[in-house]
Amino acid sequence: MAHKSPPETSEQQPGRSGSSPVFSKRHLLGIADLNQYEIVDLLDRAERMIPVSRQERKTLPTLSGKTQINLFFEPSTRTQGSFEIAGKRLGALVVNMSVRTSSVTKGETLIDTASTLNAMQPDVLVVRHSAAGAVELLSQKVGCSVINAGDGAHEHPTQALLDALTIRQHKGRISGLTVAICGDIANSRVARSNLLLLNALNVRTRVVAPKTLLPKGIEDMAAEVFTDMHEGLKDADVVMMLRLQHERFAGRMIPSVREYYHFYGLDAEKLAVARPDAIVMHPGPMNRGVEIDPSIADGPRSVITDQVEMGVAVRMAVLDALLPAGGTK
Amino acid sequence: MSKSLLIENARIIDPASGRDERGTLLVVDGKIADATAGIPADATRIDAKGLIVAPGLIDMRVFTGEPGREYRETLASASQAAAAGGVTSFVVMPDTQPVIDDGALIDFLVRRAQATAKVNVLPAAAITKGLEGKEITEFGLLREAGAICFADGRNSIQNASLLRAAFTYAANYDMPVVHHLVEKSLTGEGVMNEGLYATGLGLKGIPAEAETIPLSRDLQLALLTGVRYHAAQISAAKSVPLVAEAKKQSQRISCGVSINNLSLNENDVGSYRTFYKLAPPLRSEDDRQAMIAALAEGTIDVIHSDHDPQDTEVKRQPFAEASDGALGLETLLAVALRLVHNGQVDLLTVLRAMTSRPAEILGLASGRLTPGAPADFIVLDLDYPWVVEEKKLLSRSRNTAFEGARLMGRVMRTFVAGAEIYTHPDAQGPAA
Repeated sequence: MAHKSPPETSEQQPGRSGSSPVFSKRHLLGIADLNQYEIVDLLDRAERMIPVSRQERKTLPTLSGKTQINLFFEPSTRTQGSFEIAGKRLGALVVNMSVRTSSVTKGETLIDTASTLNAMQPDVLVVRHSAAGAVELLSQKVGCSVINAGDGAHEHPTQALLDALTIRQHKGRISGLTVAICGDIANSRVARSNLLLLNALNVRTRVVAPKTLLPKGIEDMAAEVFTDMHEGLKDADVVMMLRLQHERFAGRMIPSVREYYHFYGLDAEKLAVARPDAIVMHPGPMNRGVEIDPSIADGPRSVITDQVEMGVAVRMAVLDALLPAGGTK
Repeated sequence: MSKSLLIENARIIDPASGRDERGTLLVVDGKIADATAGIPADATRIDAKGLIVAPGLIDMRVFTGEPGREYRETLASASQAAAAGGVTSFVVMPDTQPVIDDGALIDFLVRRAQATAKVNVLPAAAITKGLEGKEITEFGLLREAGAICFADGRNSIQNASLLRAAFTYAANYDMPVVHHLVEKSLTGEGVMNEGLYATGLGLKGIPAEAETIPLSRDLQLALLTGVRYHAAQISAAKSVPLVAEAKKQSQRISCGVSINNLSLNENDVGSYRTFYKLAPPLRSEDDRQAMIAALAEGTIDVIHSDHDPQDTEVKRQPFAEASDGALGLETLLAVALRLVHNGQVDLLTVLRAMTSRPAEILGLASGRLTPGAPADFIVLDLDYPWVVEEKKLLSRSRNTAFEGARLMGRVMRTFVAGAEIYTHPDAQGPAA
């Protein structure tokens, strides 16, 4: 029996959200928990959220009366800001709680923090943590919805969704494209979530990195694995660069920034082998001159600022999907 | 007047001699006696109803919290769990607060065990002071105080020169050295078996080489020094040929495996289940099958429980931050019997790995049913079905990796020095 692809976009509904079928999940912990239809549904919802942020009165009342707590155990400017704006544009009361890791190690466990916050009766917790699985653990101890804003090297589902939405906006489709994810695959939650999502939507996925940054088993997670940028980028529709935490690796996983940039930094010469209309993405924050040449990062094929805009739309859609309008909890 | 006990109508299994036959077991004054020489008229008689009578188990790797972390486990609570699991002797690791690295502390353990524990508690003394891997302890004085062997518990000594000195000095007293195998720089921040599962979960992996490299070093140093060397536990298929080759060259080399690595694999970690976070880590199914094959062919000598009680505080954590370890004393035998019921390893081999082999390695008189040996034995119903329930376990901690497991085979009675220290509710009382 032939494998049937999911609809690329479901029927566009004019106007407000809420007309989509009920999203049955309580949490968004990872792309691994979503099937292809749920992914497409979330992308459709996000697409309908884009105009909200472009109009003059950038608000919808769907989350009015609800409380969203952003709980970031790891510092983050853009993701936390994006979730905050998304929640506020939907009318939610948004509270940011930056938990410094030091205060956690001083004795309060993650579970303690979870039950403390749970007692404040939030409707949704947006959580980032440096340990893989920490957000899922926390979700088991609270009575509200939980959104994973990044857990260790495990998942970052809203990033993968916003990347997919950006691709769809620029390419008109996702299925059948060739997407090359380049750089620190081993330590990247963005790479894992993107591979899961893109594989689910029948994308030809590639990873490109030096062997020291390719984790064991990656050949079972991406369609193709390359250690050479020229081979890996050949005829790619999308080039997705990852941030290199070079301060952690210097002299071990990579000998030097200079060497890394020479072989794996995205510059015009390497990008030339990709398709002429290929787009360049980066989850940010960028290290210009480490993984990407400034002229590419700020050049005409870069869609990096679009990703940031799509980030707000995706997070609005996810909040809206997890917390259906009408009535308090 | 002597006190005697006769177990009748039993299937007597003595792995040391290979004996497996219908018969009776006579106990006089806490020791196994020769039943053919006549049975005292006043002997208490117990009808075993055809069940197995076998030596009590000797568990070579048990952690408790006494002294220092009694809320996790005391010698008393560990011994109750042991008795219910058919374990009549266990080696207690020196990883306590303070570390057991001084003769006075061995003395303390021996006294505490005599006062509070129902089973034989055999203290292992640390190889290095404070388990820091820097200076060797006073082997001679520790041995005099009652240490059964030297082991650095969860610590793995990294310095080959220090190990050589420790092995040589232990050989001086003919004492066994038990060593846990971790190449720390290769393990790094690894928390589970390296491979697709770890990568998918975003967890750092531990390669098999973090075990095989120190194993190879240890085996070479053991051959060099002539020490009685016991590789505490192997988990990777690649370790098996290394051990097999070294054992060809010396009979003083032996090897253990944790019941966890015989019965579970990396898939059991599932969605960050920290009760399956163990050291060595659960490996692939191929590795597990290699452990079973190595046990069956005799390369692996000993099965132990790696009983490691941990409280909720340190287990209910994100996977990478949670402590290693799982309970094992009560489930060791029944989980091991899965290999027998599956037809993978015969009953004598499985029992030998928990009775006479550890006894030989540690130089104990127990672990066998020959006349003169201590009357430490169990009455075992090989086919008794039961389900592991965390709440019913006798340990002070709850971190079992077998919650809800359906097992077959259960100890009905446990005897230490001829005294019945555990009786299962379904065991028949002594016949009049």
